[in-house]
Amino acid sequence: MADEKLPVEKKIGAYICKGCGLGERLEGAQLSMIAEREAKANVVREHDFLCSEDGVKMIQDDIDNEGVNRIAICACSRRAKTDAFNFEGVAIARGNLREGVIWARPDTDEARETTEEMAADYVRMAVWEVKFMTPPSSNPEAKCTPDILVVGGGVSGLTAALEAARAGYPVTVVEKSGHLGGHVADSWKRIPDRAPYTDPVDTGLDELIAACEAHDKITIHLNAKLTKTAGAPGQFQADISVESGPTVTASFGAIVQASGYDDYDANQLPDLGYGKSPDVVTQQELEALARAADGGAIKRPSDGKEVKSVAFVQCAGQRSEKEGQLPYCSGHCCMTSIKQAMYFKDQNPDIDTNILYRDLRTPGSGGEDFYRSGQDKEVTFTKACVDGVEAAGDGLHVKFKDLILDEDSEEVVDLVVLAVGQVPNSGVDIDAVAIEEEEEEGEAGEEGASPANEVHVSVESILNLDYRQGPDLPQLVYGFPDSHFICFPYETRRTGIYASGPVRRPMDIVSAREDATGAALKAIQAVENAAKGRAAHPRSGDLSYPSFRKEGCTQCKRCTVECPFGAINEDEERYPVFNESRCRRCGTCMGACPVRVISFDNYSVDSVGQALKNIDIPDEFEEKPRILVLACENDAYPALDMAGMNKIEYSAFARIIPVRCLGSVNLIWITDALNSGYDGVILMGCQKGENYQCHFVRGSEIAHQRMSKVDDTLQSLSLEPERVATYEIAITDIQRAPQLINDMAETIEKIGMSPFKF
Amino acid sequence: MSDMSSAVVEKYHNDFLKEVEANVEEGEWVRMCMQCGVCSGSCPLGPHWAHPPQEIFMMIRAGKREEVLTSDSMWMCTSCYNCIVRCPRGLPITHIMHGLAHYAHVLDLAPKNQPTRRFSKMFWDNITKNGRANELKLGLSLYFKDGFGPGVKEALKNKALGQAMMKTKRMNPMEFFGGHGVKDKSGLHAMLEKAREIEEAKLKRPAN
Ligand code: SF4
Ligand code: SF4
Ligand code: SF4
Repeated sequence: MADEKLPVEKKIGAYICKGCGLGERLEGAQLSMIAEREAKANVVREHDFLCSEDGVKMIQDDIDNEGVNRIAICACSRRAKTDAFNFEGVAIARGNLREGVIWARPDTDEARETTEEMAADYVRMAVWEVKFMTPPSSNPEAKCTPDILVVGGGVSGLTAALEAARAGYPVTVVEKSGHLGGHVADSWKRIPDRAPYTDPVDTGLDELIAACEAHDKITIHLNAKLTKTAGAPGQFQADISVESGPTVTASFGAIVQASGYDDYDANQLPDLGYGKSPDVVTQQELEALARAADGGAIKRPSDGKEVKSVAFVQCAGQRSEKEGQLPYCSGHCCMTSIKQAMYFKDQNPDIDTNILYRDLRTPGSGGEDFYRSGQDKEVTFTKACVDGVEAAGDGLHVKFKDLILDEDSEEVVDLVVLAVGQVPNSGVDIDAVAIEEEEEEGEAGEEGASPANEVHVSVESILNLDYRQGPDLPQLVYGFPDSHFICFPYETRRTGIYASGPVRRPMDIVSAREDATGAALKAIQAVENAAKGRAAHPRSGDLSYPSFRKEGCTQCKRCTVECPFGAINEDEERYPVFNESRCRRCGTCMGACPVRVISFDNYSVDSVGQALKNIDIPDEFEEKPRILVLACENDAYPALDMAGMNKIEYSAFARIIPVRCLGSVNLIWITDALNSGYDGVILMGCQKGENYQCHFVRGSEIAHQRMSKVDDTLQSLSLEPERVATYEIAITDIQRAPQLINDMAETIEKIGMSPFKF
Repeated sequence: MSDMSSAVVEKYHNDFLKEVEANVEEGEWVRMCMQCGVCSGSCPLGPHWAHPPQEIFMMIRAGKREEVLTSDSMWMCTSCYNCIVRCPRGLPITHIMHGLAHYAHVLDLAPKNQPTRRFSKMFWDNITKNGRANELKLGLSLYFKDGFGPGVKEALKNKALGQAMMKTKRMNPMEFFGGHGVKDKSGLHAMLEKAREIEEAKLKRPAN
């Protein structure tokens, strides 16, 4: 099927390197012969030092003069020498003879034969792979608007807007309320972000707002909402509806979602006195009291008496396993309480301030200094578990267990401040909606069957995305729409839309500003990539994109459902519509497609299928099994490369093929491999599930699900289930990955060779 | 001072902490303890104390005035300095322990029969009498601290050691009768009295 895409003339050059010890360990002439006679490469050359200037020039000359447009470089791993072997306008495949063969095998006479066979197969694989590749070129339809849309006019949104505008990109800010600044507009001061980290400092909001309002590249819409967001990076179409005003549609290249948070509803905490006494307030409400005091004595709400003693209850309804409370830590509230205790102490050092904490968490470079400064100002810190707050007489009785003194205690204060957590404003939980829909479909007719205690909160969508998978960003955990906090912050599962600020994870003003700067940079990258038709993280710069052969498509919808990034919509006839600038090039769709009509120029069912089918399979009696290893290019393949670098040997019967993601593995590869006589197949992907490491978030998980059905295939071929194994591999598994290969070799020795050798 | 020995303080308010800061040597450091527990874990005697240093610091901040000042814990400190070396917050813990003990002694809240307190008092009285330590008398008063009978027993036990010391002129039996001292004893006494007055005047009363 890929054939029809090939230009008339496909000319393959195979280049065999003899440097790095390859020449001594392998028979170069033999490999050349295989490339030429068996694999039918048009031009075959050996070189003593292929990545040298001279070697690279040799290849370039063939491209320029011989019309070579597909090159198979049989040298080191595809992860090495990428700068040297970087040729424009041609398709490139790499045969990994160094890390994958000579470094992974012992240099002994007995091993020589199988090592040579291994190398020969990698040459065959490289040539066959490239034969079915097309030089990638970006989609000619790629176009781009440089404008960036920022959703939310709080500190994160405004910072992102200002950063992007200063970098030269026009920005539109959509704010749902009538004023800018979000929660910070109601705050008195913020935690310091500069040495000496001793005192609360001005929020800086007024300057930020002024700078945004004055910037000629920034347009601000107040009282406005997004009623529809269609399109893809480079060409989003957003309907901006201003309250009692017109709806305008504008184009954007990328979007920063800085929709912020709401305070956890303190009314859920009656034990802590909230709602029972007006003198029990949240941190945000204390900010308002401090603003009202304007540097003077803070007065308590009930009777306006000056506060002489205050207790701060940390982790109020947070880090809790109780039903309806937040399981996570909001990260900023310990520091915020220190800051707020200073509001009192700085005004009058004789005010008693007690911070009742379970664990005091003061992250960030200045955290410890700020804590120390709080202690220096005689803020009392008590490690305690607060049981309750009761109003009695003139004061509030805070009852707690002192965890250091290990006894129940009580303090009487004028004011209690609750450190409630941040709840992200992330819109609709599309995964929950999908599950609900499924259930509804399942129990059609049984109306009202849903259990009474289940709360159905109708949440308003923020982005109103016109995406098949749902109107908002997919959520990672606890409602935060990130895709991986540590490895790729800001990246959501919607390319070109970056979450920033407390909607991404709980945080304070300083972190929100940093976050917004990061997200603005990501948005700029997305705009630039979209303009050039290139992929974003993690295959940054990849020009290929998925295309599909409509005639073959059965409208099964698997690709539209499984794409981890919601890149595929549906047209009126229910055919998939690929939005390649939303696509991350993981190939999950390609792995999903049962009729195999989805492919990339440089990665397809054929390019991998042909490579794996065209190795030499010795017959049953030679006792030389073949093990196919499909290894994720992000973690498992580098781990195997590093095993080679560390001279960790593994079976000479393994043939390793890197895949973009385990999610791109189409079951046909497994069937083809088993039919061609491979004795075992190993799939190596990243960790899946809650603490996933998959670079494409869901790819590894989806692959594991698909592979659970491989038993049927094995049964229909009357093969043992042990012949196919799927593993989660980390990049650090440089001992384990080779071991798993060796284990498979042993298994095959036990259960015997595959009968499918022809 | 009787009002100070019975002062009432509000729990978890700064009253007692401020009192300690004002009256205890290095007391202003107490607020800086972050309750890591390294001192208690490092103290060779910690496990035997009612309240190891970390706990004492929390008790001060919790306003447990009476418990702290009547405790015998800080009297147990042997000045090994382990805690000082290890405290990540740099608290001069050993000094604070001694400062607290001293303050409790001044207020006469410290336990009466705490051996360290008794010995310290003995030593103080001994050295201030003549301005020089009278080792013979100090040794004897130590032997006889629990009465005549046990004193004789204790002295006989160490007879050989005492004789050896006399032989080598490490101890002079004549010290028993007055002993050597500074030239101007009454001047010394006047000076010490003045110092005591100054110290007492400096004592700050708790807020209420
Ligand atoms: S390659 Fe990945 S992101 Fe792109 S459409 Fe396919 S499944 Fe989606
Ligand atoms: S100096 Fe005193 S308190 Fe510190 S470790 Fe030694 S005995 Fe314990
Ligand atoms: S080591 Fe220092 S900071 Fe830690 S508990 Fe002891 S005094 Fe406090």
